[in-house]
Amino acid sequence: MTNRRDFLQSAGLAALAGAVPLTYVRLAFAKPEQDFNFAYISDSHIQHIKGTQFVRNWDRGLIRAVAETNLLDPKPDFVIYGGDLAQLGTKEELDHGAELLSKLKYKTYMAMGEHDYYLDLGEYWSKLFGKHWYSFDHKGVHFVVLNSILTFDDWTFKRWPTAKQRMAEMAGIDNPNGSPFMVGAKQREWLKNDLAKVAKSTPIVVVSHSPLQKIYKGWNFWTEDAEEMQALLKPFDSVNVLYGHVHQIQYNQIGSIAFNSAMATAWPWPYPATYAQVDSHLPVLTVPMNRADPFFERDATGWQFINLHSGRNDLHYNLYNNQSRVIAFNPKTGRPEDMKFQDASARIEPQTHY
Amino acid sequence: MRARTIVLAVAVAVGGALQLPVEYSPVGAAKADEFTKADLDRWAAEFEAVATEGRRLWTSPELGTNGVACGQCHPNGANTHPETYPKFQKQAGRVVAIWEMVNWCIRNPLEGKALAADDPKMIAIQAYLAKERRGVKLEPGKH
Ligand code: HEC
Ligand SMILES: [Fe+2]
Ligand SMILES: [Fe+2]
Repeated sequence: MTNRRDFLQSAGLAALAGAVPLTYVRLAFAKPEQDFNFAYISDSHIQHIKGTQFVRNWDRGLIRAVAETNLLDPKPDFVIYGGDLAQLGTKEELDHGAELLSKLKYKTYMAMGEHDYYLDLGEYWSKLFGKHWYSFDHKGVHFVVLNSILTFDDWTFKRWPTAKQRMAEMAGIDNPNGSPFMVGAKQREWLKNDLAKVAKSTPIVVVSHSPLQKIYKGWNFWTEDAEEMQALLKPFDSVNVLYGHVHQIQYNQIGSIAFNSAMATAWPWPYPATYAQVDSHLPVLTVPMNRADPFFERDATGWQFINLHSGRNDLHYNLYNNQSRVIAFNPKTGRPEDMKFQDASARIEPQTHY
Repeated sequence: MRARTIVLAVAVAVGGALQLPVEYSPVGAAKADEFTKADLDRWAAEFEAVATEGRRLWTSPELGTNGVACGQCHPNGANTHPETYPKFQKQAGRVVAIWEMVNWCIRNPLEGKALAADDPKMIAIQAYLAKERRGVKLEPGKH
């Protein structure tokens, strides 16, 4: 006999299941061993209020992404978490975020965001999740996970009287006291050595919190050593950069490198071009996500599952209260494209941002 | 008849919320339509001070109860579109002024208490938003 509570729970799950593409067609490719799925969750900004209280809105975003990811069928091979798990890098936030993530039924690879880092320079994050940067291989694909939110030593070590202030200064994206993100010479040297062992025909996936491109410096949609990073990656036939931080859909193609951003589970950001006092440019390829509706708190937030085949990523964006989007690599044009809205004539009103 | 109407209007203005501060009193001061460069500078400085206070509020958690700040979701006040107000808001089912939308965001993402329309904090927020949006042409009613 189901009681009311059980009924509500399963009804809730059914509603959830309806919102997720639970099954999808696997396409046949030349190298089936390079055809697999993984999920990508990013930017949850778990924010501590006091005691055991956390900002409910951000908690709900991560809880929902985890629950939906667990429902995927076929199951993803693993999950990548793209950074900014915490808001102000505290133990409370990282512990609470880790606890919510622990409900995931899959192995989870973690990347560092600036909100995780600038309080204690990633020390507590390391205790929970391990190395700040590393690489691994999966079914013939080489994955590199970076800490790409470092900045000038002078800013990190000499500018601020307290660690707490340093974190607060970096936490405001429009704060003129902030400092541009970078990978830095030390990690680039590590990457160079890491990639030296990899054949040029091996597909590469780079997980980075910052975009490894220069999009808009004022909000740190920016990587100071983007050119150096792109030069290291360029020699490989198919490179895929996945980045977080921007809380919005962006994509781009530079040479052999495809770039795709992740949605946040916490809140969406405006596109930089909507700030009237500066000139800024999105990658021209990008068809923006719909403008967010402030009356639905999960609108324009979400997570993505990624089908990797033939060395390229197709990103399925699971947007709440909004149409889902698919940005897939088009082998004919050699670039990522929106499956529905790429053509200028296919754009819709809500994609106009101003 | 005409004179009476004018007297009445003055009475309403004085009795209403907008009270004239002593230094603006016309007695012994410049005539109503005379002002100097020093006046202009001072008025601009007054505006700047209020807009600066608006920016401070924008990036501070004090409008709410959960530590969240407006600037977390609206960097540089982007996506607030002050030039489009008053405008129809679907969920409200009517035309609203921007201060009502400010209160929506105070009550919801910030879990705070709504401000009165003439609260100095509400004025400061609007001054900040208008300043970040300066130069954009007015488009009342645009969604
Ligand atoms: C959780 C994120 C979030 C926070 C925090 C937030 N807002 Fe919003 N707000 C939004 C979104 C999303 C919109 C819709 C943007 C659009 O219309 O493109 C919005 C819309 C608005 C609008 C109306 C914009 C329009 O185009 O009509 C105003 C005004 C506004 N917010 C003010 C504020 C103020 C003031 C605060 C702080 C008290 C605040 N917001 C905090 C997410 C947020
Ligand atoms: Fe973030
Ligand atoms: Fe970030």
